[in-house]
Amino acid sequence: MSKEKFDYFIKGEKGKYEVVIGLEVHAQVLSKSKLFSGSSTKFGADPNNQVSLIDSAFPGMLPVINEECIKQAVRTGHGLNAKINNYSVFDRKNYFYADLPQGYQISQYKNPIVGEGKVLLDMPYGSKEIGIERLHLEQDAGKSIHDMDPSNTYVDLNRSGIALMEIVSKPDLRSPDEVNAYIKKLRSIMRYLGTCDGNMQEGSLRADVNVSVRKEGDTNFGTRCEIKNVNSIKFMQMAIEYEAARQVELIENGKKIDQETRLFDTKKNETRSMRSKEDAHDYRYFPDPDLLPLKLEQKLIDDLKKSLPELPDKKKERFVKEYGLNAYEANVLVSEKEISDYYEEVAKLSDKKLAATWMMGDLFAMLNDRGLDISKSPISAKHFAELVQAIKSGEISGRIAKEVFEIMVESGDNPKKIIESKGMKQQSDPKELEKMINEILSKNKDKVDQYKAGKEKLFGFFVGQVMKLSGGKANPQLTNEILKKLLKG
Amino acid sequence: MSLDKEKIKHVAKLARISVDEAKVESLTKDLNSIFKFIEQLNELNTDKVEPLTSILNQSLRSRKDEISDGKIREKILKNSPKENEEFFVVPKVVE
Repeated sequence: MSKEKFDYFIKGEKGKYEVVIGLEVHAQVLSKSKLFSGSSTKFGADPNNQVSLIDSAFPGMLPVINEECIKQAVRTGHGLNAKINNYSVFDRKNYFYADLPQGYQISQYKNPIVGEGKVLLDMPYGSKEIGIERLHLEQDAGKSIHDMDPSNTYVDLNRSGIALMEIVSKPDLRSPDEVNAYIKKLRSIMRYLGTCDGNMQEGSLRADVNVSVRKEGDTNFGTRCEIKNVNSIKFMQMAIEYEAARQVELIENGKKIDQETRLFDTKKNETRSMRSKEDAHDYRYFPDPDLLPLKLEQKLIDDLKKSLPELPDKKKERFVKEYGLNAYEANVLVSEKEISDYYEEVAKLSDKKLAATWMMGDLFAMLNDRGLDISKSPISAKHFAELVQAIKSGEISGRIAKEVFEIMVESGDNPKKIIESKGMKQQSDPKELEKMINEILSKNKDKVDQYKAGKEKLFGFFVGQVMKLSGGKANPQLTNEILKKLLKG
Repeated sequence: MSLDKEKIKHVAKLARISVDEAKVESLTKDLNSIFKFIEQLNELNTDKVEPLTSILNQSLRSRKDEISDGKIREKILKNSPKENEEFFVVPKVVE
């Protein structure tokens, strides 16, 4: 595979501009209860039914940290090849908003639980390392609903106090494609680890996007703008494209870029200034007097590292080595843990390479059509492996296999039963085939003569007749061989 | 460090405290004298002293990940500025 060259620049009248992007990803921690209270974190409950006196900031309540959330943050830190800090501190980040009853968010400012790390991306132009600046734990806010009443805002605090991991990247990303790859990689790592479900529709994964531009070749960063709370990869990409073009236009017209917080309007496909956030950077952080510093024993950190599952990068390497897949196939099959589990179950019972081809072809297409995750596949890994083996052994042809596949999807039956009951078995007995072919040749003497006289195109006609007579079940390879032999004679 | 009137108004706004214009002058004076006192502490050399975040020499206490709270909506919503069975209702805040 030839490697493409990186080529994402904004073209202005006065030259090319490079886009510099950094992401602050907010990932909801998978835990049963909230970061500092015992309320449930389950999504979709009745409004305000998963709220304790702590989450709603009643006076005199004291936060007590959830030990599982600490472990989840450490696991994620390991997954990002990051330094885990033995000492970290919780601070109050002060701002005023209706869905933040405390008037401050408990977060980590100077001393986060996880320090620098890195993530590897597979880009068409090679692998690229993206630096991680830090990961810290913080509380999520509640949810404001603006469209239920013309003059009021409704607030649901079910989300208030759920643990978030804020993962801050270094400004190492250079294009919307790299942002796409980065988010997918983070999501994949966290799903493997079981630390975040990565469900963007439900808001378990969202990001603030920092964008700046600079002339190609410049080494200093330009002034950046922060686009708040974008909740899908597509919107992130659209927001970056719009924002980069806006900044280039300002520069080319000799204007200054204000460092500010902006909002992406998904309907108008544009970013605009959030004037209400003028004071947004005046958070007056200070250590939360209700919480002592968090000290982690080195043994806990090491034990968590030992108990990590195999992560996508390692699994990809193994798939190439163990199953003889190419890098592209391995990449696709490790992208989700459930996909890789399914593949490994199939590969154990059937031909490894053929299994990959059929999974990435017909199985993925069918799941895609039906909008299903692989965990909901109507075909079990065991049945799928039997189908692959039936193809590999020559019991059925690839064409018949597609029919069997369709029936498997509809009925959930195993392929053996389908092949037998419908008489779909490939005819691979040379004697039987020879008998059938002889019959066809004697019926079409004129065409045989034409063929022998040099009209070789007629070979396809004979193959077609064999398929017709056998109901598509004749082994194509064998048919070709026998036909050639008999036509020569 | 000293505070001027503008800074006082800004801090009051961030803290959501409404300050009478007539009081700004005296508040500025009071706060500046408090700052002056605090700044005296800077005379001490603390280069080799770790900042003290707590007087208790312990680490953070933690709890198990169990659901032990919630389902008290009625109690919680008693503090809502306006009546509603399901939500807190506040004046419209929209971006």
